[in-house]
Amino acid sequence: MKLLLEMVEGLRIAWDAIGANKLRAVLTTLGIIIGIVTVTLMGAAIRGLNAAFLTSVSAVGTDVFFIQKWPWFNEEPWWKLLKRREIYLADGHAFIRKANPHWHVNLQSVGVRTLRYGHNVATGVFLVGNTETAVVTDDLSFSAGRYFTAAEVEGHRPVCVLGADVARNFFPHGQAVGRRVRIDDMAFEVIGVLEKKGKFLGIENLDNTAHIPVTLMGRGFTFFPGIRIAVKVGGLAHLEDAREEVRAVMRHVRRLPPTDPDDFSVNSLEAFIQKFTQVSRIIGGVGLFITGLSLFVGGIGIMNIMFVSVTERTREIGVRKAVGAKRRAILIQFLIEAAVICLLGGLIGLGLATLITWGIARFFPATLSLPIAALALGVSALTGILAGFLPAWRAARMNPVDALRSE
Amino acid sequence: MSLIRLQNISRRYQMGTETIHALREVSLEIQRGEYVAIMGPSGSGKSTLMNVLGCLDSPTSGRYELNGTDVSEMDDNELAEVRNREIGFVFQTFNLLPRSNALHNVELPLIYAGVHADERRQTALTALQQVGLGDRVHHRPNELSGGQRQRVAVARALVNQPSILLADEPTGNLDSKTGEEIMALFEELAQKGNTIILVTHEEDIARQARRILRIRDGLIASDERLERKS
Repeated sequence: MKLLLEMVEGLRIAWDAIGANKLRAVLTTLGIIIGIVTVTLMGAAIRGLNAAFLTSVSAVGTDVFFIQKWPWFNEEPWWKLLKRREIYLADGHAFIRKANPHWHVNLQSVGVRTLRYGHNVATGVFLVGNTETAVVTDDLSFSAGRYFTAAEVEGHRPVCVLGADVARNFFPHGQAVGRRVRIDDMAFEVIGVLEKKGKFLGIENLDNTAHIPVTLMGRGFTFFPGIRIAVKVGGLAHLEDAREEVRAVMRHVRRLPPTDPDDFSVNSLEAFIQKFTQVSRIIGGVGLFITGLSLFVGGIGIMNIMFVSVTERTREIGVRKAVGAKRRAILIQFLIEAAVICLLGGLIGLGLATLITWGIARFFPATLSLPIAALALGVSALTGILAGFLPAWRAARMNPVDALRSE
Repeated sequence: MSLIRLQNISRRYQMGTETIHALREVSLEIQRGEYVAIMGPSGSGKSTLMNVLGCLDSPTSGRYELNGTDVSEMDDNELAEVRNREIGFVFQTFNLLPRSNALHNVELPLIYAGVHADERRQTALTALQQVGLGDRVHHRPNELSGGQRQRVAVARALVNQPSILLADEPTGNLDSKTGEEIMALFEELAQKGNTIILVTHEEDIARQARRILRIRDGLIASDERLERKS
């Protein structure tokens, strides 16, 4: 009960003291303001990035496995992997024959080529060789026309599907379907146009692309000799079991004896997400450390000004002790003052951070979360209490006779 | 039983290599209801005596019984509690909190005594009315005259109903007319039965008490009882 009264009195004194030195309080808390702004902005940016990443990734689907020569994340030395056999189209067809009938299997090969239509030239187009199952594995949708059929893939038909940006450049007035475009020196009939997909992570353009039957890719459209096999297993349950099954089928295709290691990798977005989370945690950790330093510097500033405050009010401390304030009461009084100054800084910082987040959210994914805001305020109050402790302790231990005598 | 009982109280300070004997084996008794003036030139030890009596300072040796309790061996926090309960201070420079109004200044001892807000406010108001400042409760010290400030200080000293009112040169910062007013207030309080100890170096102020203790070189030089004027 007494403690509560002393705290209320402490709060009142703190408010009076800050009111009497408004400018000083604001200048003192500047370090805390900057610290809190950076902490919250850092958190907001990381959260925004994570959210953007997950939206981008979920467009592909986490139930798709990619069988490739190379792993996405190197667990083994690269020179060992160099000896792995290439995965050719024939392996892909063998895989399809042995695959679980519920799976959708797509054979993919990629390259970067130049497309022409009349005098119009599109360079650096991301050319993808696919089978007809890409509609399912890549979750494609169309703004015009259709995708190629199994027969067209098997028959090496020169047909293509254009990405939204390529189609708009070549055919600004629509009517792409039925026209002929040239990829390198070969003519292809446009049979469909993909719907606009936007940018991956807000950076990589997914619409500057063209799809052709994978069976044609070997005609000099890519310099990678191999392909990758995309397997959509359907359903997110038992993903690890599905991965094992995919792996077993591929080992069978490769005729690997049970003792041999895999000579291929089964990649998935799952691992990609894990890696991304890991990286974003590291960035967050480093960022928090740096912003923690700025809070630390702010705390030193608070400690400094609290020493000044204690010295200025030595006589007041003497009076309070004379009328019966114990050490605890004086300690609480100055701790509360330090905490209130820091909390004010935290609130101002949070306000600024909200404004800035709102500003950058127009250009870059960023969201301010409630937990981050609460954490920021908690940290600023804690900084105040830690930084205020030494000055408050000095005040609490003052001898009342000396304190009363001071000018 | 005496209210105050000092037995062979000494207080020594270390100033560099020199030891200063501020009080040398002082023994003294003060009864409840007495009105005592302590006089002496500066450096005589009267301030030290006042600090020891007021439990702001502890003696180096000797025994001090206040209201039947030995306070000479108490620590910082225990002394704070004794000051809060037993002693009301009036200082030469008033020592009010400049940013707080009269009411809050008077409430201060009650806060540290753990008294509830409503009761605190009532008690403080009554104390301010007793010193004739019932209409000045919301004024800050800088909005009050010197005499009024000292009255606020007296109200603060009395608000906890202490055993002793300890005044250190209470008229030292006042002109002679307001000084007389404050002395009249003390006279009134003394007649009501309060124990008052007054530290002063002015003979005519000291003459208004019932007993004068003269301190010289850390010793009690004389202890004079005065006839009651009326």
